[in-house]
Amino acid sequence: MDFVLQIINGLHVGSIYALIALGYTMVYGIVKLINFAHGDVIMIGSYVVLLSLTELHVPFWIAIIVAVVFCALLGMLIERFAYKPLRNASRITPLITAIGVSLLLQNIAMKVFSANPKPFPNVISGEPFQFGGVQVGQVTIYTILISVVLMVLLELFVLKTKMGKAMRAVSEDAGAATLMGININTTIAITFAIGSGLAAVGGALYSTAYPIVDPYIGSMLGLKAFIAAVLGGIGKIQGAMLGAFIIGITECLTKGYVSSQLSEAVVFAILILVLLVKPAGILGQNIREKV
Amino acid sequence: MKKSSFTLVAIMCVLTLLFTGCGSKKASTDEAKEIKIGGLAPLTGNVSVYGISASNGTKLAFDEANEKGGVLGKKIKFIVEDEKGDATEAVNAYNKLVNNEEVMAIIGDITSKPSAAVASASQKEKLPVITPTATAANVTTYGANVYRACFLDPFQGSVMAKFAKDKLSAKTAAVIYNTGDDYSSGIAEAFKKSFEKAGGKVVAYEGYGATDKDFKSQLTKIKGESPDVLMVPDYYNTVALVAAQVKEVGLKTTLLGADGWDGVLGSVQDPSLVEGAYFSNHYSPMDTNTKVQDFIKNYKAKFNAEPNALSALGYDAAKILIAAIEKAKSTDKDKVVKALKGVEIDGVTGKISFDENRNPIKSVTVLKLTGGKVEMFDKMNP
Repeated sequence: MDFVLQIINGLHVGSIYALIALGYTMVYGIVKLINFAHGDVIMIGSYVVLLSLTELHVPFWIAIIVAVVFCALLGMLIERFAYKPLRNASRITPLITAIGVSLLLQNIAMKVFSANPKPFPNVISGEPFQFGGVQVGQVTIYTILISVVLMVLLELFVLKTKMGKAMRAVSEDAGAATLMGININTTIAITFAIGSGLAAVGGALYSTAYPIVDPYIGSMLGLKAFIAAVLGGIGKIQGAMLGAFIIGITECLTKGYVSSQLSEAVVFAILILVLLVKPAGILGQNIREKV
Repeated sequence: MKKSSFTLVAIMCVLTLLFTGCGSKKASTDEAKEIKIGGLAPLTGNVSVYGISASNGTKLAFDEANEKGGVLGKKIKFIVEDEKGDATEAVNAYNKLVNNEEVMAIIGDITSKPSAAVASASQKEKLPVITPTATAANVTTYGANVYRACFLDPFQGSVMAKFAKDKLSAKTAAVIYNTGDDYSSGIAEAFKKSFEKAGGKVVAYEGYGATDKDFKSQLTKIKGESPDVLMVPDYYNTVALVAAQVKEVGLKTTLLGADGWDGVLGSVQDPSLVEGAYFSNHYSPMDTNTKVQDFIKNYKAKFNAEPNALSALGYDAAKILIAAIEKAKSTDKDKVVKALKGVEIDGVTGKISFDENRNPIKSVTVLKLTGGKVEMFDKMNP
């Protein structure tokens, strides 16, 4: 029985990692940039939800929508002013810029909200659900459900819509996509908007489960999600989800059955092993350079 | 010739002035009309609630002394440095206070880790260091100049174990603690030892890392053992996270804590999460003692805020130092350190005297959280 619960705990953490990992992986897939500011967009998302709840007194779902819109705009803004001017620069330049944006967001948050952690209000209350002998908390269930629904929607969007097709085209060959009449700038902006919007949802769900918000919550969370994206094969949407669930479940099982201090070590060990065997990640494809 | 000697004299005068300027600054601790005392506290960051409360308490005690004409006829100047709850920052701030401000004593630090770092750093100057609130055992072991106003971590752990066994008739207990923190692991260890010694059974003893936010795996494991009480010896922000997840995994038990819980009602998302929990503390505002009530009244008037246990300890730490200076009849650091040994005060947190390890001998207050309020429940003697 314990084992089932630990797996559910893993799915809970994993689904939050997945929502955030999607942002890393989509952006990487389309502009080959590791957007280190992504973790801090989550943090901003959490603060926006927190403020909407405590200052505007709106219901939780409206607060999430406000945060999604805010973060989507923030994501596009970051892309427009920080990354777009560097699109043709060497790979390292936008990477350093991303770290700069990350620090900028953290410091702005510290200035505006102060470094003191703020409690996140209780939005999902009520007794845990019973499934036979297994008892699962409401936050856990809602988080897993919302994440899965969003992931399915994203998958449909990428596979079935015109914009999704444009994204895939740009990711495959930006030059050829331009020749086919695809507006690269719009496509990239939309990708950043979707990634940041998902990060906002991730931030909201994270804060519901771990109800203390401070300007640093994004850094470790972002790092874990980034590892998930790399583990699953960066650039692959299904890879990010798979990687995130593997990491979440590994963490919880290590904490539950081995030692809580080792959970991060085990996660990193798995990452190293996978990358040794399959450098492009579990679902990644090794693309050979054409000469 | 005449002109040049005049210039020389002029230069000499200027130099003399300059040097006496420096010299008088050097000698200020002995001759000036004020006694400079340094304070170290986290005024921003994760544990700022403690730092602000404690340093305000200290400030209040010194201001009261100044209003009564000062100590040994001199006014006290209290200079507080923010160390953000970080050991490195604390040592830097300590050096700044000692070298630039030339303070004769330090009231601080507040949390255990930076306090140990400061205690260690103070071994060069050996000036009196009184930490109001650092409860880890090792803090006063660095040298004969380090004292504290609060009781120790292990002491709180064993008192809470005794409390759980005797007053709550608990048979089984679980502990979840921060393995990366001396404060938390110190209490956890003592609790386990005392609870088992009293005939109880510790069914789960789970650790977590300092930066962890997810405790559901450990709590799920603990839930499988259904303990009567769950000891959570950590600071209020982490307690808020643990309490939320205790509910999330559906664990039903009585939560126990230590003085790090002070302020938990401000950081928990919903007071019902900690309803019925007990924690040990240094004092209770419900105490009817006139000393306590006067302190609360003056603190409120000055800072427009409710004092907590940290404020009371900060206040008592200042009183201890004042008593030692008066007993030594000097502000010489060695004489004051010597005088501290035999100091006895009747403070807000109880009658305080010191044992041979420079730890205070005093009682512990057990508080209960009911209906979103903190209530005094019991007083446990050592």
